[in-house]
Amino acid sequence: MTMPISKKIIFYVLLAVSGIIVFAPTLMAFMMSFMSNKDIMTGSLPTSLSFDNYVKAFGQFPLLKYLFNSFFISIIIMIGQLLLSSLAAYAFVFLEFKGRDLLFYLFIATMMVPFEASIIPNFHIIRDLGWIDTYQGLSVPFFAMAFGTFLLRQNFRQIPKELREASQIAGMGDFKFYLTVVLPVAKTSLITLGVYGFLTSWNMYLWPLLSTTNDSVRTVQIGLKQLQTQEQLNDWGVIMAGAIIVVIPTLILLFLGQKKLQKGLTEGALK
Amino acid sequence: MSQVELVGISKSYDKQKSVLNEIDLSIEEGEFFVLVGPSGSGKSTLLRMIAGLEEITGGTLKINSNVVNHLPPKDRNLSMVFQNYALYPHLSVEQNILFGLNAKKVDKKEQRKRLVETAQMMGLDELLKRKPKELSGGQRQRVALARSVVSEAPLCLMDEPLSNLDAKLRAHMRVEIRRLQKRLGLTMVYVTHDQVEAMTMGDRIMVLNDGKIQQVGKPITLYNEPANLFVASFIGSPKMNLGKAVYKPDLRQLMIEEKLAIDVDSTYLDILSIHKNLTIGIRAEHIFPCVDEKQTHQLEVVNVEHLGNETSIAFDIGLELWTAKWPGQWDINVGDSVPVHITMENFCFFDTKTGELIRSANVGRKQEVAAI
Repeated sequence: MTMPISKKIIFYVLLAVSGIIVFAPTLMAFMMSFMSNKDIMTGSLPTSLSFDNYVKAFGQFPLLKYLFNSFFISIIIMIGQLLLSSLAAYAFVFLEFKGRDLLFYLFIATMMVPFEASIIPNFHIIRDLGWIDTYQGLSVPFFAMAFGTFLLRQNFRQIPKELREASQIAGMGDFKFYLTVVLPVAKTSLITLGVYGFLTSWNMYLWPLLSTTNDSVRTVQIGLKQLQTQEQLNDWGVIMAGAIIVVIPTLILLFLGQKKLQKGLTEGALK
Repeated sequence: MSQVELVGISKSYDKQKSVLNEIDLSIEEGEFFVLVGPSGSGKSTLLRMIAGLEEITGGTLKINSNVVNHLPPKDRNLSMVFQNYALYPHLSVEQNILFGLNAKKVDKKEQRKRLVETAQMMGLDELLKRKPKELSGGQRQRVALARSVVSEAPLCLMDEPLSNLDAKLRAHMRVEIRRLQKRLGLTMVYVTHDQVEAMTMGDRIMVLNDGKIQQVGKPITLYNEPANLFVASFIGSPKMNLGKAVYKPDLRQLMIEEKLAIDVDSTYLDILSIHKNLTIGIRAEHIFPCVDEKQTHQLEVVNVEHLGNETSIAFDIGLELWTAKWPGQWDINVGDSVPVHITMENFCFFDTKTGELIRSANVGRKQEVAAI
């Protein structure tokens, strides 16, 4: 694209300034995680940088345990979501039955109900099942996902019907077609949805807070909160160190996912 | 023995509008059978019903004398080639070809053998490792054909397989498909909207319009003796020249579109006296230039197309546009008045009301005899 140099400079300056503003809190957190408590409290520039806060974060709290819990639960939720969403989407696209479209609209209408509204009935069910403080209690309520079904349905609809018909003539059943054709063809969307699901569950706060009572299955987000309230005076350095650690998986997924996503997008565009 | 038999096959959606009406048809073994008709005539629906992809509303469908109305596609022992080829985008050519065999759990050794044979036959040896998106249109088409050949099903259905190819490639693939069918002795049911394809490929053709059979027969029969006005205007390129004709007994002349007066031969008097509303049709190649023949009419040229080996000339006959096709190259310009030779023996007579054929042209018969 051609634009005059002066315009370009203005654009870049604006971009840089807004970039700095948006990124400043993260940068501050990152800096603070290496600073001593005294420096943080006095608001001065760091006199010394060290990994003390990180060592403390791992030493004082079962951070590794929290990380493992978070990771495990997120993976389980991701797999559950992918499985249920793709199966539901398959049914909505390739199986013909009466009232299919109506059912689908009903299905996506549930997207309008915020999770917070259903949190009390959900809690009741989990409690009655005796799933408080268990991995399944933390993950199962998130398996059914209207958004995922919607996303995958749109994607599956782009698969030509002739592919299904060709496989019918070859004598292939629905489930095998789903496994050997639909899933590989819709790989890109599945990855997108997987990343989305993983990050959402990784950052979940309210539900783990409600459905856990002890450290055994607690996720890292709750752990972070505990870092904050353990002592009278908040040890901000340690909290920030914890926060940075928590952010890392998100960043990794973002960098990896971005590349995959771009590849997938162009692949579709150029046929 | 007939391989596919349709008895009173009907199709309707929502129990109201019928797409296909009482189709009776039998397709012989080893035959290249073409279903042709304009868009929306129900030809694809019929094919999909034979394949088992579409439910049959009424009638009986028999394959190899067994009623298969409720059999799923896989149990009908057939293969199908789709318009958009329906190749699996994530699989290589090889995997695409073997896809059906895997699903049918054919022995691996046998798979290999068939793959090698088919690939060689279709000239796909070099392409086996490629993905469909790395292939050209013609190559994709060949993979789709190979997939159907490799299944070794005796009945092959094709749904407009050539419509995505450019003209040159299409002509080439026409020959290739035809040869393949003859070599393997396949029974082929081929759907197309292109009448040239139908004429060049079919052993027999069925013309469909509005869900009704118009005519079934050999290509030449359809061309020379079209059963009705629809077939007359659908088969042949350019289409048959049609015009309303009125008999003037006092002049012993037939007036066509109130413009062309043709002297009436006495052998035609019986037709002309029985039928009052007539439409006549004449093929483009039967409007002759006046070289050996004597001039019967002088017509004004409204368009000329020079094709090199022949020249196609258009005239206004009343409201109709007639086309003449003359072999060779003619130096004629728009606006010229050219002498032509038109006689009644080349006319097909149709009943204007019903559209049915009353009498076909004599010339066609003469040529048929000459060909033998």
